[in-house]
Amino acid sequence: MPHVQIQNVSKTFGLKVNGQVLTARALDGVSFDVEQGEIVALAGPSGCGKTTALRIIMGLESASSGAVMVGDRAIAGCGHDRGMVFQHAELLPWKSVLENVKFGLAMKGVPKSELDGMAARYVELVGLSDAKDRRPHQLSGGMKQRVGIARALAIDPEVLLMDEPFGALDSQTRETLQMELLAIHERTRKTIIFVTHDLDEAVLLADRVVVLNAGRVQEIIPIDLGRPRRDIRAVQTNPEFMRKRTMIWEALHVAAPAEDRLSIRRSA
Amino acid sequence: MTMTTHAGVATPAAAKPAWRMPSWAITTVSLIVVIGVWQACGPWINPLFASYPSEILRAAWKMTASGQLPTAFLSSMQPFLAGYALAALLGVPAGLLLGRFRVLDAAFGIYIIAGYSTPLIALVPLLMIWFGLGFVVKTVIIFLLTFFPVCINTWIGVKAVPKTLLEVGTAFCAPQSAVMRQIVLPAVLPYIMAGLRLGIGKAVIAMVIAEFLTAISGLGGVIIGAANSFKTAEMFVPIIIIMVLAVLLTALVGFIERRVAPWHSELTGHDGV
Repeated sequence: MPHVQIQNVSKTFGLKVNGQVLTARALDGVSFDVEQGEIVALAGPSGCGKTTALRIIMGLESASSGAVMVGDRAIAGCGHDRGMVFQHAELLPWKSVLENVKFGLAMKGVPKSELDGMAARYVELVGLSDAKDRRPHQLSGGMKQRVGIARALAIDPEVLLMDEPFGALDSQTRETLQMELLAIHERTRKTIIFVTHDLDEAVLLADRVVVLNAGRVQEIIPIDLGRPRRDIRAVQTNPEFMRKRTMIWEALHVAAPAEDRLSIRRSA
Repeated sequence: MTMTTHAGVATPAAAKPAWRMPSWAITTVSLIVVIGVWQACGPWINPLFASYPSEILRAAWKMTASGQLPTAFLSSMQPFLAGYALAALLGVPAGLLLGRFRVLDAAFGIYIIAGYSTPLIALVPLLMIWFGLGFVVKTVIIFLLTFFPVCINTWIGVKAVPKTLLEVGTAFCAPQSAVMRQIVLPAVLPYIMAGLRLGIGKAVIAMVIAEFLTAISGLGGVIIGAANSFKTAEMFVPIIIIMVLAVLLTALVGFIERRVAPWHSELTGHDGV
């Protein structure tokens, strides 16, 4: 049985434009499965609904219709079976690196006596032991996102949800973190759902890429690059990499641009 | 396998910047210049219409020696501290509740805005009928004028808590109490402190008004008494004391803010007052 099942999920919301209420459809009957230990990338242009889909899986938003199953349970709101890494890390500015990681653990109900030790292990995992007492404003963008990853991993979720976590980083830092994420995945075999608009990133990380366009699943493209993928240069020069990147690009460009297809209709 | 980080060490400032005069020194020089110019104008000042520093200092010494000033100061401070403390203790929680719960916001928000924008001094005659002329009515006046800015600032602060930080709470299934203590309260602290700072100014005004309009007493009473007998230098003494008091208390709140919310000044990059 698939680990995560997104079953016919739709999301509509009201938009008030010039006094008229419009109904915008962010997701329209989206379905896909994610297998245990798999990395699935949700890719597509901005406005295609990929972040909305991830937020629904996390329980930050509710679907207008459809269901999300994790294991054999339909999700209803938040849960410690899922861990979220936010686009801009979203660390609590008044807490140190260690305290930020402890926050998630404490909310999960880990006993106070074990908090420090457990949090320190995950801070070490992301290579920030030397900076564990710093506050977020004393960290670089890459370091902040490492803390975000540590905070999500620390609660040992079944599924790791990542919302364009490397989108705001410079390309060098992004590559480093991509490789480290692959290394963490290799070791922990976590199921990961990863949102990105970067096609290279999608192909590099994912076992399958779900191409979203205008709130619909355009295509689901398997990436046969094998694992482990330790050498980024070797992966990127692999003919399969270029082939799949082109396939995704074509899938996105066969369809009309997202803006034109975003089904906005006037409601009475 | 652990991640490695190459940005592990804070880089020291590369070049030493040119020497800059510390802020406190600039403030001190400014004070000396202003007081000096005022003093220098002394010979041309008609003692009926105004006064100058050395004359005011002489009056202050005389009034302190006679016991008039210490008595007035203590009598002013009692309702001031009581009213201000009450406003802080009730205003902050009220603002937090209003900001956090939509129903309370809709039910009571309108009164807070009304209370803030109404000239509450207009109520003084009524308050005197209810609470008499002494300590209680003065405390109530100070409380009323201070409560609303403190409450409104806290309220605005809760509204300004970034939605994304609240979502961190949601994503990690934080219970309401943890969201309040670990996310909302720290995020609102700078707003609370700003409200408390504004509150000091309001409380000082309220104190003097109360002493003018109810039983004439305290520092406000000294001002009225001196003005009525055209002792202008004596009139300036309590005014300057109140001024200095307000500046010191404001600085104290700023100091406390930097202790309880150090990330804020670090984040914004300036110390504030």
